[in-house]
Amino acid sequence: MRGRAAGEPVPRPDSGARLEVLGLTAGYGRTRVLDAVRLTVEPGGWLAIIGPNGSGKSTLLRSVLGFHPHEGLVRVDGVPTAGMPRRDRARCLAYAPQTPVLPEGVTTRDYVGLGRTPHRPLLAAPRGVDRQVVEDVMARLELDLLAERLLATLSGGEQQRAVLARALAQQPRVLLLDEPTAALDLGHAQQVLDLVDRLRRQDGLTVLSTLHDLTLAGQYADRLALLSEGRVVSEGTPAEVITSAALQTHYGARAEVVHGPSGPAVLPVRAVD
Amino acid sequence: MTATAGSGTRPGSGHPPAAGTRRRRPGLALAGAGLALVAALLVGVWVGALPLAPGAVVATLLDRLLGPLGVDVPGGLSGTEEAVLLQLRLPRVLLAALIGAGLAIAGAAYQGVFRNPLADPYLLGAAAGAGLGATLAIAYSPVQSLGPIGIVPLAAFAGALIGVGSALALGTLAGGSHSPTLLLAGIAVAAFLAAAQTLVQQQNTDDLREIYGWLLGQLGKAQWSDIVVVLPYLGAACIVLLLCGRALDVLAVGDDEAASLGVHPGRLRLLVIVAASLATAAAVAVSGLIGFVGLVVPHIARRFVGGSNSRVLPLSLLIGGAFLVLTDVVARVILAPAELPIGVVTAFIGAPFFAGLLWVGARR
Repeated sequence: MRGRAAGEPVPRPDSGARLEVLGLTAGYGRTRVLDAVRLTVEPGGWLAIIGPNGSGKSTLLRSVLGFHPHEGLVRVDGVPTAGMPRRDRARCLAYAPQTPVLPEGVTTRDYVGLGRTPHRPLLAAPRGVDRQVVEDVMARLELDLLAERLLATLSGGEQQRAVLARALAQQPRVLLLDEPTAALDLGHAQQVLDLVDRLRRQDGLTVLSTLHDLTLAGQYADRLALLSEGRVVSEGTPAEVITSAALQTHYGARAEVVHGPSGPAVLPVRAVD
Repeated sequence: MTATAGSGTRPGSGHPPAAGTRRRRPGLALAGAGLALVAALLVGVWVGALPLAPGAVVATLLDRLLGPLGVDVPGGLSGTEEAVLLQLRLPRVLLAALIGAGLAIAGAAYQGVFRNPLADPYLLGAAAGAGLGATLAIAYSPVQSLGPIGIVPLAAFAGALIGVGSALALGTLAGGSHSPTLLLAGIAVAAFLAAAQTLVQQQNTDDLREIYGWLLGQLGKAQWSDIVVVLPYLGAACIVLLLCGRALDVLAVGDDEAASLGVHPGRLRLLVIVAASLATAAAVAVSGLIGFVGLVVPHIARRFVGGSNSRVLPLSLLIGGAFLVLTDVVARVILAPAELPIGVVTAFIGAPFFAGLLWVGARR
């Protein structure tokens, strides 16, 4: 699956893969949370899943990763992930959860190094290649000066960068991000999204993310999918998906959509008594 | 109250730049702990009711070790002294090292697998099960031993495994391998077995002394045969746990993320729990319930090498061995010729030592 020439010192990440989700249905107990979801992310594309709270965004990501029992098919470059050994899947798909668990007493370097797990036998020590990839990724994400720091002492933005670095050290072909900016202020959110965008353009990495900030979603992702009550109710470019009618119908929100140079911006409108 | 409470995206403000930087040398810590263990073993064989000359002890040991190779080391101990060394002190010291090492690494593994700093090897019912087994054997067994193995260790070993097995079964029935469910199942099983043990004990007040003696932990009757009995279980379990250190580090990021890194969290957790419980069962079978070691030694190890399990596990093994050997020396010296129960001494020495470490750590 991953062609890598022998003797090549530092394998470059492969370019992104096409991710297809076909007829994905999932639930908790008898409650159906996702209903025949169908999505395609082109290689090097960024699809952001938007939708109101409880619409199934996180469950969708977790099902694509195979953590949540589901029906339907997930394919990476045409290969169904269901039959893949877990380690092979981990070399295709990397995941950064909404609230990552940051182990205590662990340095940034050791944490980023965990991303190499699917590339070596579980019990084996890191090899030279692993260390090199970790150093490269940390340098790219400007974490090299923080390498010896304990994770818990990093700021929120730095921690988010460390989580991204760990995912990138996996050298995945698709990056799945669950609310990467959930706990960040606007400036740090923009930094993280700029970073993801840069990585996507440089490496051709495919990105599937959830984003609840509609304006940011519209500015960074090239396609959006609006999930409501477990169904994809609209999919397309940001301008096609983010309309005040859609916000009214699916979010129950009163908002104006202003079309700026970098995409649609959502302006909430206060109710008038 | 979990080890992983650090929330992912908490803005940490106002940290001086070097606050989290800590120069750690895992190799140095391991070498130091190894030396400490050797030193503890030597002190353990020198000190006792009959003091043995250090030089002569070393000469005798070398003579015994090198004898088969045809090397004769002069200056050994006299006949009686040699018997004390080889039949009493050496097995006792080695057994203490094995038990301490096994309990400490099992504790570190439990803490890693449950991501909980308060976990210890007795958490899932191993202690309560072993206690019930030993109490039943002391109270009701018509025989003293089955073949070469005493009935009390055998019953304690079986009881520990049954305790952990019931907790695992109950936890799996109740909610899969999710760790909080498993912890609660362990607490329920332990409470039930402890109640049963108390009941049996109250029905057999004649045996109270013997039961208490076992519950408080003992190394005084250590023999070579004990070492032969526990070594296969302890050794195998320790090897498995040492190999699992790196995998436990992956598990530390949470089940979903571990799975996204290609690990099977449920399988890994089961393997580690089974190995750690086997080590615990073997240890308690011969030594009774020695507390404190499995809970605190891993924290001591973390003070030196940080939170990474691939470093904490081997270091805990060495520190645990040295700690229990030295504790046992204190237990038999302080009121000589009488002996204190080792389970009492571990906490008496360990608690102030640990408090001191916390204090020093906080001031740094």
